[in-house]
Amino acid sequence: MTSDTIADRPNAQPLKPDATQEQPVSLPDSLLVDGWSLYYGEQQALNSISLAIPQKQATAFIGPSGCGKSTLLRCFNRMNDLIDNVSVSGRITLEGQDIYAKDVDVAQLRRRVGMVFQRPNPFPKTIYENVAYGLRLAGRIPKTELDDRVEWALKSAALWEEVRDRLKESALGLSGGQQQRLVIARAVAVQPAVLLLDEPASALDPISTLKIEELIHQLKSEYTIVIVTHNMQQAARVSDYTAFLYLGELVEFDRTDDVFTNPKKPQTEDYITGRYG
Amino acid sequence: MLKEDRFKLRVWFASGEPWVWLNAGAVGISITAVVGLLLLIAVRGFGHFWPASVALIGYTDRSGVEQVVLGEVTDSEILAASQYLEATGQSADALPAGQIEVERWQIKTGNRRVAPPDFRWIPTHYIDSVRYPEDAVVLERMEWGNAYGFLTATYEGDVLSSDGPAAWDDFLSRLQRAVLLREQIKALENDKLNHINYALEQLRLDRKGLHRRESLDPVARNARMAEIDTSEQALQAEFQAGEQELRALQGALHRDSIRLRTASGMELTVNVGDVVRAWRPNAMPVLQKIGHYLHSVGLFLTDTPREANTEGGIYPAIFGTIMMVLLMSILVTPFGVIAALYLREYAKQGPFVRLIRIAVNNLAGVPSIVYGVFGLGFFVYFLGGNLDALFFPDALPAPTFGTPGLLWASLTLALLTVPVVVVSTEEGLTRIPRAIREGSLALGATKAETLFKVVIPMASPAILTGVILAVARAAGEVAPLMLVGVVKLAPSLPLDGNFPFVHLERKFMHLGFHIYDVGFQSPNVDAARPLVYATALLLVLLIVALNLTAIMLRNRLERRYRGVE
Repeated sequence: MTSDTIADRPNAQPLKPDATQEQPVSLPDSLLVDGWSLYYGEQQALNSISLAIPQKQATAFIGPSGCGKSTLLRCFNRMNDLIDNVSVSGRITLEGQDIYAKDVDVAQLRRRVGMVFQRPNPFPKTIYENVAYGLRLAGRIPKTELDDRVEWALKSAALWEEVRDRLKESALGLSGGQQQRLVIARAVAVQPAVLLLDEPASALDPISTLKIEELIHQLKSEYTIVIVTHNMQQAARVSDYTAFLYLGELVEFDRTDDVFTNPKKPQTEDYITGRYG
Repeated sequence: MLKEDRFKLRVWFASGEPWVWLNAGAVGISITAVVGLLLLIAVRGFGHFWPASVALIGYTDRSGVEQVVLGEVTDSEILAASQYLEATGQSADALPAGQIEVERWQIKTGNRRVAPPDFRWIPTHYIDSVRYPEDAVVLERMEWGNAYGFLTATYEGDVLSSDGPAAWDDFLSRLQRAVLLREQIKALENDKLNHINYALEQLRLDRKGLHRRESLDPVARNARMAEIDTSEQALQAEFQAGEQELRALQGALHRDSIRLRTASGMELTVNVGDVVRAWRPNAMPVLQKIGHYLHSVGLFLTDTPREANTEGGIYPAIFGTIMMVLLMSILVTPFGVIAALYLREYAKQGPFVRLIRIAVNNLAGVPSIVYGVFGLGFFVYFLGGNLDALFFPDALPAPTFGTPGLLWASLTLALLTVPVVVVSTEEGLTRIPRAIREGSLALGATKAETLFKVVIPMASPAILTGVILAVARAAGEVAPLMLVGVVKLAPSLPLDGNFPFVHLERKFMHLGFHIYDVGFQSPNVDAARPLVYATALLLVLLIVALNLTAIMLRNRLERRYRGVE
């Protein structure tokens, strides 16, 4: 594996959104990716990606299928560790801490970086138990506190009103959209710093999608959100920053408004205008 | 025209209809075979307990002598004339000219001791008269099988108590007294004397142990020895008192007797204490017969066997089978599940793991007697022998665990069935969606936490399926058990009131082996045959019941996880 250092490469500084006049002091970075490459066996899936994801903002990854946007997302909570034959190089830090360092407790990391998947994946337990799952993992909590945290999490995910009377029923009885919000509640319950959303609305109907998008709007005041989507309208609607990936490379990363109205790279423009993808 | 027909045939084949017929036919044959099998053993087995009418049959035998027998017609068959003549060694003129077949009846005449044999075949053309006398009496006895005859008198000691028609009611009340006394005797033997015996045996072992431990301080040893002596004396006294009580009860039990006149006019004296039940089937209304039938079935299920297992009940065999299967399930489930978890979740998938998996699957195909031999060699002699040397040295050279017993039988069967559990657990684990595991891991659960909190609960229906298959296989297995713990007659159940209550080292009885023993090792084949069917039916019912319990449990779990997979 090539472990080239930053200095070896041109354009070594992590690509950062331009600090515009409205925000003279740049936002603190939550996740800092530096020269990040990932290989599945011999095949390179991510090629030397560098970017800085700002805190308490929504950042969208867009790009055609197979461009590596989900792979990159799954690096942030080390979900790729589960796949055999994956090797990585480069550096990713979460609030200054190298998450791929040897002494990192992966379970601890995942508690700080929550994740929501493409298809709703509630556990076959009650609604209450689903939300309490992550909380119970952290250790014994008094029942009253657990109740409060579950209620708070469900309210954060805008699900409380719909399920308050059926907390003891199976989560599998909920609709797809409700299940996805339950999964978000489950992730939020452990109060992570970052919330990763991997095409969270792609398996849902338009109304459920709308609800999820509204929810992302609310959540980004509290959490750093990274969302993968191949729906460009969605990216435009919910995100503050957008990264366009193509064939494992980061092509462009900027404020969402700029990316969509004034793309700097021709590939970005081609993709956005629908010339490929 | 012909061409058109061939075309039609081809269309018919292409429509797939013949295929459907073939499939339906195969299913139909299977169902018929299973239902037929169950019906046969049900009718043959549980028909046996019906209080059949007792026929008084007058016939003229081959040599022209008139005979009378009293008994139940248990079977009838039709033979070809030639076959019959050959079998009985007669010439053709023994039969009326033109008769091509002979019907013969099997009569159960009982009275094995005074007028053997107790089953005989009579060709129907010998029979002169068949009557069903109201006052014909059937006695089920503790020994010598059934007695058939007519009650003439009852005696209390040597004194005539009643005779004539009044004798029956008198006899019934005396029988009731005898039954109560017998129950008292049984309670005394099973509870009190058994406990004392057990305690005495423990004291004997304690004493032996004291002798063995030479390092012990002689003063302490003597004190302990004296303690043992005193408690032994107390127990001996208690035992003698118990024995005296037992003798008194037995004397009382055998106080009364009855006179029975057999069909041939012989007078038979039967002690009331030897009679289990008595009935007059020809005088019984249907309702009473049903009551009698249910009582008979009840006795069969709850009583201990008598007369080399051809009489009495099969309770110890039912108990032994259930206990063995439960113990086997308790042993095999964790073992199989842990092995499957390692193979599927932790081991690095590759040729080596694949090889192990193939080996495990093929273990299920090893003949069960091989497991029996292994169990005897490894569990009984090696493990059991070492356990004895380590923990039960006082009893040596008499083995405690170093001899076939319940624990080793269960372990052997657990080994036999572990591949089934491993395979179905593995299947269950692979069916759990990756998304669910990732969901748990993404919340900060470790792999072990994910396994225990999410994956194993979700795989539990599959695990139970494995256990169901294991139980079905284990409950029907006989061959290996004969080597590692099953016996023809176990003196005591593996579960009783003596500490530690569960006696895993004891030998036990098993329904499958019981079938073999009663059917093929019995001195009285005709008497044993119905019991073979009844026991077989019971074994099937038991396995069905065990399976249904597990299936119900599994369905409940499946309902909980429905819609995930």
